[in-house]
Amino acid sequence: MGDPSRRVSVSHPRTRAARPGRRDAAVRDVHEQTPLGEVYMKALMRTQLRLGLLVCAAVFLPLAALPPLLGHVPLPHWARPWGTALPWLALGPPVYGLLVTAGICYVRRAERNERDFDEHVRRS
Amino acid sequence: MSAAHEQVPVNAPANLTAVLLVVAVTVGIGGYGLRSRSTPDFYVASRTVSPLRNAAAVSGEYLSAASYLGIAGLLATYGSTMLWYGVGYTAGYLVLLVLVAAPLRRSGAYTVSDFAEARLGSMAVRRTATVFVVLIGLLYQVPQLVGAGLALHTVLGAPAWSGTVLVTAVVLVSVITGGMRSVTLVQSVQYWLKLTALAVPALALLLVWRGVWHPGGGPAPAPVPVAHTASGHGGGQGLYSVYSLMVATFLGTMGLPHVTARFYTNPDGRAARRTTVGVLGLLGVFYLLPEVYGALGRRYAPGLAAAGRADTEVLLLPGHLVPGATGQLLTALVVAGAFAAFLSTCSGLALSVAAVLSQDLFGGDVRGFRRAAAPAVVVPCAIALLLPGSGMSVAHEVGLVFSVAASTFCPLLVLGIWWRRLTAAGAVAGMVVGGGLSAAAPTLALLGVGGCGRAGALLAEPAAWSVPAAFLTMVGVSLLTPGRVPAAASVMLARLHLPEALAAGPADRSAADGDRSSSAPVRSSRDGRR
Repeated sequence: MGDPSRRVSVSHPRTRAARPGRRDAAVRDVHEQTPLGEVYMKALMRTQLRLGLLVCAAVFLPLAALPPLLGHVPLPHWARPWGTALPWLALGPPVYGLLVTAGICYVRRAERNERDFDEHVRRS
Repeated sequence: MSAAHEQVPVNAPANLTAVLLVVAVTVGIGGYGLRSRSTPDFYVASRTVSPLRNAAAVSGEYLSAASYLGIAGLLATYGSTMLWYGVGYTAGYLVLLVLVAAPLRRSGAYTVSDFAEARLGSMAVRRTATVFVVLIGLLYQVPQLVGAGLALHTVLGAPAWSGTVLVTAVVLVSVITGGMRSVTLVQSVQYWLKLTALAVPALALLLVWRGVWHPGGGPAPAPVPVAHTASGHGGGQGLYSVYSLMVATFLGTMGLPHVTARFYTNPDGRAARRTTVGVLGLLGVFYLLPEVYGALGRRYAPGLAAAGRADTEVLLLPGHLVPGATGQLLTALVVAGAFAAFLSTCSGLALSVAAVLSQDLFGGDVRGFRRAAAPAVVVPCAIALLLPGSGMSVAHEVGLVFSVAASTFCPLLVLGIWWRRLTAAGAVAGMVVGGGLSAAAPTLALLGVGGCGRAGALLAEPAAWSVPAAFLTMVGVSLLTPGRVPAAASVMLARLHLPEALAAGPADRSAADGDRSSSAPVRSSRDGRR
C-alpha cells in the first residue's frame, strides 16, 4: 500500500452535499416511527432477540441436560479430588463460570449490535 | 422444639453483640440518608449509582435467608440435587440480562406496575400488576421473618417472636427515614458483609476438613457415614421437581419487585447490562459457600440441625467443628451475616411494596411513601407471628415465590418488550391465570390434596406448567383482541430498544424526555433531577 495521505476518495459529487440533511432525516424516521423508521427498529429488535435467545439456548440446553446425566455418569477415581462426587464438582465453579462468560459475551455482542445500528442509521 | 436446642447456647453474649452490631451498622448508614430529602433521592438515589456499586447492592439485596441459610440446610439434608437452587438463583440473572435488563431500564419504569402502565396504557393492567407485586413482596418477606425468629432462637435462646419483631422494627426505621439512597449504600455494604461472614468460617471448616488445622488439639473429627438417605425426591418425580425449580428460578428473578426497582437506579440501559454481569459474578462467588457448608455438614454432622429445621445448619456447623473461643467467634460472624441477609432483603422488598402502594393509594410523594411503608412492613410481620411453623425450608418457600413471579411478570415483561401485538386484555388474563395457578397449586399441596404421588408433585412445584399456561393465555387473548393493541406500541418499543446514543435524537433532545412521557405526577417529579 502506498502513502495513506495520497489516497483519494472517489464518489459522486452529490453524495457529500446530500448527507447533512439525510442524516437527521433517518434518525428522525426512527424516532417518529415512520414506516421506514419502523423497518429499522424491527431489524434491530430481531437482531437483539436472536442474540438473546441464542445465548439462552447455548447456556440452558446443556444445563437442562445435566440433571439426568449427573446421577448416572461414573467418574474415574483420579477425577474425584478428595472423594468429591460429580454433582458437587459440576454444579460448582464450572456452571457459575459458564454463566458469567455467557453474560460478558452477550454484553459485548449486544453493544456492538447497537453501535452498528447507530452507524447504519446515521450514515443512511 | 427438640431437646437439642432447648439449652441456652454457650456463646449467647458474642452472638448478641454480632446481631446488635449489624443492626447498628444498618441504622447508622441509614442515618446518612436522612439528608436525602427530595422525592427523586428518596425513590431512586437520583440514579447516581455506578454499575459496580449497584451490582453489589443488587446482590446484597437479593441474597436472602434462602441463600444464606436455606441452601446449605437443604444440601446437608437432601444432598447434591439441591445445588440447583444456587444455580437457579444465579442463572435467573442471565435470562434477565439477555431479555429484559436494558429495555426495562430504558422504559423508565420503577416497578413492574409502571412498566405495564407505560407499555400498555391501561390502568387495569397497572392494578393487576400492583396486586401481584404486593402479593409477591408479602410472600417473600414472611419466610425471611420466620427465619429471623428461628435464627435468634437458635443462637441466643431467645423466643422466636423477638427475632421477627427486631427485623421488622429495623426495616421500618431504615425504610421510613432513609429511602433508596441510604438503602443502596446499606445493601452494597451488606453484600460484602454476608460474603465475609460466610467465607471466613467456610475457610476454617475447609482447613479442618483437610486436616491442616486442628482447633481442638486432637485429630480431625471423623466423618460420620451418611446413614439417612433422606431424599425428598425419588425417581421421575425428583427429575420433575428439578426441572420445575429450574423454570421457576430462571424466569422468576426478573419479576421480583426488589430486583426491578434496583435496575431503575442505573443511569441507562448500558449500565443496566453491566450491572447485571457484575451481579452474575458476585452471586457466582457467593453460591460456592453454601456448597461448602452443605457438603461438610453432610459429612461430619448429618442431623445436626433438628428435623424440620434444616435452616439452622449454617449457624451450628462452625461451632460443631471448631470448639472453643475460635468457634464462638466464627459462629458470631455467621450470625451477623444471617442478620444482614434478613435485613437487606426485607428492606428491599418493603421499599418496593411501599413504592407501588404509595403510588396507587397514597399520592406518591415522600409523605405518601412513609405512610405506605408501615403496612408494607407490619403486615408480613403479623403474618409471620401468627403463622404456625410449617417446617419447610426457607429456600423452598422462596422457590415457590419465584414460581409466582415467573408465572406473572416474566410473560408480561418478555412479551411486553419483544412482542408488538400484546394487548392490555391479554396481559391481565395471562397474569391472573399464571398467578392464580401458581399460588393455588402449592396451597392445595400444603393442604394435602394430591397426596404424595405424581399429582402431588405437580401441585407442589407448579412452575413447569403454570409458566407455559401464563404465556399461552397472554398470547392467545392478545391475538383475540387485535383491535386493542395500543396505538403507541411502536413508539414505546422504539424507546425500549433504541441505544442511548440515538435516543438523544436529531435535535439533541434529552434522553430523559422519554422517561417523562407518563402522566403520573410522581414519575415526573422523580425525574426532576435529570
